[in-house]
Amino acid sequence: MKAELRDIVTSLRASYLRELRAYFATPLAYVFVAIFLMLVGVFTWEASRFFDTGLADLQPFFYWHPWLYMIFLPALSMRLWADEIAYSTSELLFSLPVSLFGLATGKLLAAWSVAALSLLLTFPMWITVNYLGAPDNGAIAITYLTSLLMAGAYLSIGAAMSSLFSSQVLAYIAGILVAFVFTAAGWPMLVGGISGLLGAAAGDLVAQFSFLTYFETAQRGVLELRALLFFGGVTITWLLLNTIWVSNKRAFAG
Amino acid sequence: MLELKQLSKSFAGRTAVDSMSFSLVKGEVLGFLGQNGAGKSTTMRMAAGVIEPDSGDVIVSGHSIVSNRREAQRRLGFLPEGAPLYPDMTPLDFLNFLCAAHRISRKDCRSAVERVIADARIGDVMSKRVSTLSKGYRRRVGLAGALIHDPDVLILDEPTDGLDPIQKRAVRALISRMAKDKAIVISTHTLEEVPAMCSRVIIIDQGKLIADSSPEEMAKRREGGLEEAFIDLVSKKEAVRNEG
Repeated sequence: MKAELRDIVTSLRASYLRELRAYFATPLAYVFVAIFLMLVGVFTWEASRFFDTGLADLQPFFYWHPWLYMIFLPALSMRLWADEIAYSTSELLFSLPVSLFGLATGKLLAAWSVAALSLLLTFPMWITVNYLGAPDNGAIAITYLTSLLMAGAYLSIGAAMSSLFSSQVLAYIAGILVAFVFTAAGWPMLVGGISGLLGAAAGDLVAQFSFLTYFETAQRGVLELRALLFFGGVTITWLLLNTIWVSNKRAFAG
Repeated sequence: MLELKQLSKSFAGRTAVDSMSFSLVKGEVLGFLGQNGAGKSTTMRMAAGVIEPDSGDVIVSGHSIVSNRREAQRRLGFLPEGAPLYPDMTPLDFLNFLCAAHRISRKDCRSAVERVIADARIGDVMSKRVSTLSKGYRRRVGLAGALIHDPDVLILDEPTDGLDPIQKRAVRALISRMAKDKAIVISTHTLEEVPAMCSRVIIIDQGKLIADSSPEEMAKRREGGLEEAFIDLVSKKEAVRNEG
């Protein structure tokens, strides 16, 4: 058990540092952060009409996070395993005395770090609302924290999808599709439609699988244990699926 | 040091490797020969723990690749076919990554990197991106990676493929230097390299071992030397299959 844990930590550290270096060795991370910040700004100031609300809070900013993550985070995770398969470096990786769970966790954490950096760089929004009024900074901190957890869940889906394809484009599309299911399941229009067709209980049940449902509570500044468990659970589930799918490549590879 | 026990693997109902067994002791350099699609790479990938065998086992310095994969892999260095590397990394980053994966301390890593830089003669490209390196350099960086943890067993899939004659000679000299305290398996298509590098030759066909002897003995089988002996053995097997 101790040796297994040591192998996991070693593999996690090695793959985390490698992936983080890979993000910043190419323009990918810089382009991702720049486009994310630009779009967050556009959606907050323009689409949500921030200045028309007359309120000094970050709700118009956080409102778009699930949708932006759904589109952007699969772009960050699409290369994690697809590149290993495309460049055949998976051959090299599988010949090393490493834990696949550790490798998968390291890769996920590296992508998560880039997402965290993007989120951190939105601090001018926070400064702006504090300049304009007296927002509830505790609530803002809780929403930031939940948003970061939600980003991890989106990334874990994208990373798992990446392990199924040797093409980044296919991994990206598959990542968006699965992420869309987990997002749209809580979309009021869809929930309303399902409730109308199958009853309110069915609508509520479907909504329980959506990131929107849990993030909505966080946007009100409420830190719910069930939201933490949901995002943590989704992340761990997809991380385990990722490990199993990569492990299957060793068992069934041609 | 290396023992393959009844190793088998099938892909979609087609047998790629069929009950392959042989063992290698310290100081032996084995030339692993066969036609394209004979099962060489599959055998080597199973021996390195890259893919799992359907049945059988590989023992590396007393550790089973099936039941104790990581311990076996700690004692094994593998150069896959085509020497795949991360294009965004420099050779130095790549070797440091391998040190971390092999749990080599930072201090020991420094000396290990210096050792393999000298062995593989890659000192002048250490800070260049892998994507900008020539095929020959990439292969030598891959070879340096396989040597970073000073393994007991080396498995090299086409180590001289893509190298110019001078680089080939350098790699052959390196293999000869390492041979005395390691067991080395090399797959190659260049049969004239075999007597220069290998102390033993195994020929496989359709996933089965069909010949196992020294290069000298193998060459004596036919007048044209090792190449003629290889063609003779493989075509006889083909003729038997066609008759069947």
